[in-house]
Amino acid sequence: MLIDCPWCGPRSEREFRCGGEGHIVRPETPDAVDDTVWADYLFYRDNPKGLGYERWLHRFGCGRWFNVVRSTTDHRLAAVYGMSDPRPELGGDR
Amino acid sequence: MTTRYSALSLLREGLSGHQGWKPAWRNGEPKKAYDAIIIGGGGHGLATAYYLAKLHGMRNIALLERAWIGGGNTGRNTTVIRSNYFFPESTQFYDFALSLYEGLSRELNYNIMFSRRGMWSLAQDRHGLEMLRRSANAMLRNGADVEWVEGDEVLRRIPGLRPRRFPVLAGLLQPRAGTARHDAVAWGYARAADSLGVDIVQNCEVLGFDIRGGKIRGVKTSRGDIASERVGMAVAGHSSAMAKLAGFRLPIVSYALQAFVSEPMKPVLDTIVLSPATGVYVSQSDKGELVLGGALDLFPSYAQRGSLPTLEQVAGGLIDMFPQFSRVRLLRQWAGIVDVVHDSTPILGESPVEGLYLNCGWGTGGFKAIPGGGYCLAHEMATGSPHSLATAFGLGRFRTGALIDEAAASGIAH
Amino acid sequence: MSGGRVAGGVAIDRSRTIRFRWAGRDYTGFAGDTLASALLANGVSLFGRSFKYHRPRGLLAAGLDEPNAIVQLERGAATIPNLKASYVELYDELYAQPVNAWPSVNFDLMAVNALFKRFIPAAFYYKTFMWPNWLLFEPLIRKAAGLGQSPKNADPDIYAQLSAHCDALVIGGGIAGLAAALAAGRTGRRVMLVTGGAHWGGRFAGSEELVESKPAQAWIASALRELADLPNVALHNRTLATGHYDDGLVALCERVTDHMPLADRTGARQRLWRVRAGEVILATGAFERPLAFANNDLPGIMLAGAAAVYLHRYGVLVGRQLVIATNNDSGWHAAVSLAKAGARIVAIVDARTAPPPTLLATADAMGIAVRCGAAPERAVGGKRVRAVKVAALDAQGRLSGKSEHFACDTLLMSGGWNPAVHLHSQAGGGLRLDSALQSFLPNPRDGILSLGGAAGDFSIDSTLVAARGRVTDPVNAPVRPIWSLSRTAEPDPLAWVDFQNDVTAGDIAIAARENFRSVEHLKRYTTLGMATDQGKISNVSGIGVLSQLLSRPMEAIGTTRFRPPYDPTAIGVFAGHRVGDGLVPRRRLALDHRHVAAGARIEEYGGWMRPVAYPRAGETEAQAIAREVRAVRTGVGLVESSPLGKIEVKGPDAAAFLDRIYVNTISTLKPGRCRYALMLNENGTIFDDGIVTRLAEDHFLVGTTSGHVAAIAEILEEWLQCEWPGLRVLTQDVTTCWAVLNLAGPKARDVLDALDSSIDFGAAAFPHMQHREGEIAGIRARVARISFSGELSYEIAVPWRDVDPLWTALTAAGEPHGLTPFGIEALMTMRIEKGFLHVGSETDGATQPQDVGFAALLAKKKSDFIGRRSTQRPDSLRDGRRQLVGIAVDGTQPAEVGAHIVGVGRKAAIGSDGWITSSAWSPTIDAPVALAMVNDGAARIGEAVRIWDLGRWREGRIVERCRYDPEGARLDV
Repeated sequence: MLIDCPWCGPRSEREFRCGGEGHIVRPETPDAVDDTVWADYLFYRDNPKGLGYERWLHRFGCGRWFNVVRSTTDHRLAAVYGMSDPRPELGGDR
Repeated sequence: MTTRYSALSLLREGLSGHQGWKPAWRNGEPKKAYDAIIIGGGGHGLATAYYLAKLHGMRNIALLERAWIGGGNTGRNTTVIRSNYFFPESTQFYDFALSLYEGLSRELNYNIMFSRRGMWSLAQDRHGLEMLRRSANAMLRNGADVEWVEGDEVLRRIPGLRPRRFPVLAGLLQPRAGTARHDAVAWGYARAADSLGVDIVQNCEVLGFDIRGGKIRGVKTSRGDIASERVGMAVAGHSSAMAKLAGFRLPIVSYALQAFVSEPMKPVLDTIVLSPATGVYVSQSDKGELVLGGALDLFPSYAQRGSLPTLEQVAGGLIDMFPQFSRVRLLRQWAGIVDVVHDSTPILGESPVEGLYLNCGWGTGGFKAIPGGGYCLAHEMATGSPHSLATAFGLGRFRTGALIDEAAASGIAH
Repeated sequence: MSGGRVAGGVAIDRSRTIRFRWAGRDYTGFAGDTLASALLANGVSLFGRSFKYHRPRGLLAAGLDEPNAIVQLERGAATIPNLKASYVELYDELYAQPVNAWPSVNFDLMAVNALFKRFIPAAFYYKTFMWPNWLLFEPLIRKAAGLGQSPKNADPDIYAQLSAHCDALVIGGGIAGLAAALAAGRTGRRVMLVTGGAHWGGRFAGSEELVESKPAQAWIASALRELADLPNVALHNRTLATGHYDDGLVALCERVTDHMPLADRTGARQRLWRVRAGEVILATGAFERPLAFANNDLPGIMLAGAAAVYLHRYGVLVGRQLVIATNNDSGWHAAVSLAKAGARIVAIVDARTAPPPTLLATADAMGIAVRCGAAPERAVGGKRVRAVKVAALDAQGRLSGKSEHFACDTLLMSGGWNPAVHLHSQAGGGLRLDSALQSFLPNPRDGILSLGGAAGDFSIDSTLVAARGRVTDPVNAPVRPIWSLSRTAEPDPLAWVDFQNDVTAGDIAIAARENFRSVEHLKRYTTLGMATDQGKISNVSGIGVLSQLLSRPMEAIGTTRFRPPYDPTAIGVFAGHRVGDGLVPRRRLALDHRHVAAGARIEEYGGWMRPVAYPRAGETEAQAIAREVRAVRTGVGLVESSPLGKIEVKGPDAAAFLDRIYVNTISTLKPGRCRYALMLNENGTIFDDGIVTRLAEDHFLVGTTSGHVAAIAEILEEWLQCEWPGLRVLTQDVTTCWAVLNLAGPKARDVLDALDSSIDFGAAAFPHMQHREGEIAGIRARVARISFSGELSYEIAVPWRDVDPLWTALTAAGEPHGLTPFGIEALMTMRIEKGFLHVGSETDGATQPQDVGFAALLAKKKSDFIGRRSTQRPDSLRDGRRQLVGIAVDGTQPAEVGAHIVGVGRKAAIGSDGWITSSAWSPTIDAPVALAMVNDGAARIGEAVRIWDLGRWREGRIVERCRYDPEGARLDV
């Protein structure tokens, strides 16, 4: 893959690390949630076939994390955006 | 009915121009309703159908396959069969699967070419040595037959092993481990299930579920709706997508696992060798190809294709063990999509939907489990309660935290 | 009769004779020859034996689609198995052998298999060898399988790898590729043009074809001249595109020295190019299909296009007396070329009932017999074809009527052409069936352009137009599909489809009968297309036969997936520099040379080369470790701890941040103080431990284990950037900025006091678990009074470059006190004596803080931190979890790490209660000491247990973890 780092531009996938699904919300007060909710946060994932949200780290580069929308079927990146940017809507081919 | 396979049948057919061979399985047309439906025509699904029919007396069974049977990870793996796990739950389960494999050719009347060639795991630094010894003792204590070999004796026992960057301090041999012809496992189960009346329906994609009151009532497919109150799903690699159709999520992420073969050569390696230092393992197939595997690709993927960075890593790892293979040429690289769960232990049993049972989460090791996974899923579908070998593999462990962390404990790539 | 050298041949240099050896005999050829062309020129027609039936085989093709002429090149360390003779360039003293033939290719004992052919069809092995079991038969099958021999010695060659970027990568050096490179190059784009072979011009090089009104060779020469003059165009021959991956990444393998005599080779044998191209232009040509009739695998039966290539490129005539069998125009063109070169064309047999009149007229003018609407039924011959029987085709494409016998020494066939869509398809490009060509064409795809034969465009004019960027719609004369030739609906069991894997049309019929009707099932059941030509010869034909058998259109059957590499490629070139230390670089300590000079035994621990111990002459490792431990316990020792992780965490919110990271509360730590702290992952598992030092109110130094520092530096940033972007904190991994020497032992202070220092090392001025900055012997230093050994201990960090003088100063000052350098094993022995946790030894993926003695710490902190919630799940709270304890054993032999603990009262015959995690001989208490994780261990102190190691039992006892100075009095001095 060629990944378009928001800070460094397009670079080889070798320089990056995938941090898994994006926009996973850590419970505000973990003590207040039950084991099921906690397990959902820890382990359960959408794992979409097609477009999905992920976060990536430019590990051998600027060291910054960023969000992407990427297809897991053809590996193409549909969007790259900052960690605090709003989540874009996914296209139809999920 | 099917012809019984033997040297005699080959002789007879050879003399009559091979006109008399029967289909290995019929192309079933789906009926309106079944006592049980299995989704997924890979090894686990086919084995489930076979054991449901064979051991639980069920006859009205359909197996639904989206494309062609054996086309998922069953037909894309590196065919290693072993049970060298750490925790007793794992060792006992995989050992049971291994023992079924040992008798499978004769049970199915189909030569799956199970080749008991042994598998070596190496220890390549002091810490690795301690961890491997811990594993060796765990296996021995859990009833698996393994052999511990130290120092240069390992090099004598594995001809051609000449490690360079990472020394070999010890090796753990599981003599009963081996390889099998992966496609034949699917075909053998299919033929045997078919002969017991199971309808194997290819090109039949499940598009949704009929769920009422939290209970399964049937499936919607590309070839119409089919009713059943007992449905098992064995679609590893795509488990999350199937679960989504049933309205729930799973603690699974799909990753590509790559595999590689070299050009065929005369016999040169008579065992399976795994190097933990590089994550690379290698064996030689009956056809003469070196069969190589390495670690997972590090991002979620449903694309069954290889990449260059992984190829470079695996090539480096291989020739660190066997520098003479550097001039051998790589013939093919590909990938399978595997269900990765946090603890590298499968998920077998109930789902959040009553009557829908799960067989998934095999990580990189589903092939070796096929007979066991099918056996246990069939047991639970037929009896409604988990088989004693699979009680620890339920979804509940993700809530309670009772994980069986093979990845961390045995340090073996799964 | 067989072929030989005639005039012509654009690739060869007749002034340079090359001597080589094949199958034990000496031959000569010319520079520019391939092994195949040189052998053909010498009249050789038998090149090898087939994989399964060991039938004699000759050359079928002229390129890397060759399935039969597989050779073992060279001997000894230089040997390479399975090369295609048609792709091996000739060089002086080349040595090659056929594969799969014993004792020789002319007399092959395994040829007996051919007699049993009818009993061992495709996939026969699934149906037999089950009794008593497969293991009995397997060795025989394995010995028969395989082609060449693996090298036995380490590869003497090196391989290079490099990356390149370009606007357009043109793959293929034929007319289409040259034209595309010219068109792109003239616009100023950065262009790479690569071709797999040694020569440019592809199939038309040296032919009579006209390109833009010039003879093909003249056009090729002028195109190459212009390209060479364009500074923005790079040309690479002998550079084969092997894989097409995501986002325009193409792997190329350049054969740098393979064409040179062994003695002349220097430098890298091959180079892997990783090219990232804006546009990938595929001008990879097409592969000709054979025809499937009985005995179509006899030597002397060859693809018509290959015969033309041998003539035009190498000046080799493949035979004297030729029959051409075809279903399309190209066979006729080959016939004309070969006739002009002196061959006698016995007949042209065309499956079409009405070939183009121009072709008929040409044949007529040359006096060539023509049979239309006919096809070969059977080839006749032993080790070479002697004749061919030809029969008419009926409307269904079946042979019928009386057959006609044509004597010949060579039969050329053309069953149509398959565009080389491999690279297009590898990158995810789709395919469609072209009914005129009866083969698969690439669908348009962004960033990939197919041209010429690869796009199914066999017209030079149309290809030139397309190369200049215009969209063309090439029209091809339809071929007549005749996938398998027989007189009945049943394909002939002796009509080969996959030559190397010995799969015939009859085998495909068996597969179809047994319901292996998906194209993937067909491939896997029969092994069709899985040979080393990767199906270039056989795939489409196999689909055609199946389509004919099932009466289903080919597009409904579809193709199997195309997988890299395009042609088999040396594993070594993919490994590149990843050989020996290049695989994973060894990290060396700042004072590596000092340790070596001091006699250290160096081994790798967690990626760092560290002293195990410093054995003196005559000492065993165990004796050295014991001596070093005693030296530290009674005097003073020095160890380098530079790999210990050091991460600076700074900013107004640094303390709050670390409170969320650690099980411990960090914000209460005062500046200048140190605290041992534990870090979990979100699953509640212990991830790391270390000393956290507060350097200033807003400035911390986070100590980590040496193996985890990179991961932790990354995790800290992940939490900061992804979860808590509002926290004002900066982190920086400074591990390799600071070298660290640890001075340990009751006399450590005496040593430091002997040196000039701005730091007061007095017990009251600088107590345990505190930190000071200052100068020691004129070197800026950060000093922490912390201890992993249980003795008075100072960890002195200095800038990496300054550590050498510090070592000198400390060893000089320490000499009067018997200062002893010690290794990692002595340090580990002392921490086991103390019962200190070592993450990774005691802990695994299931270990939580309460399991290793930190239950109170866990309970004490009220605010949230990473992993806290997970320690409150049912499994974390249950009784009987594995807990860290000490284990005492009798005798002098330490327990084996990895041995299992079995309770005396344990009922189950299998399983265990835990395992030994660390173990050593303690010279301090003169007994073995060990740590273990044991079920419910904390409640079982004092219990007798049995210890199992590889079938041997010994007795032991669960004891407290700390076996030395449990009160910590020795630290408080």
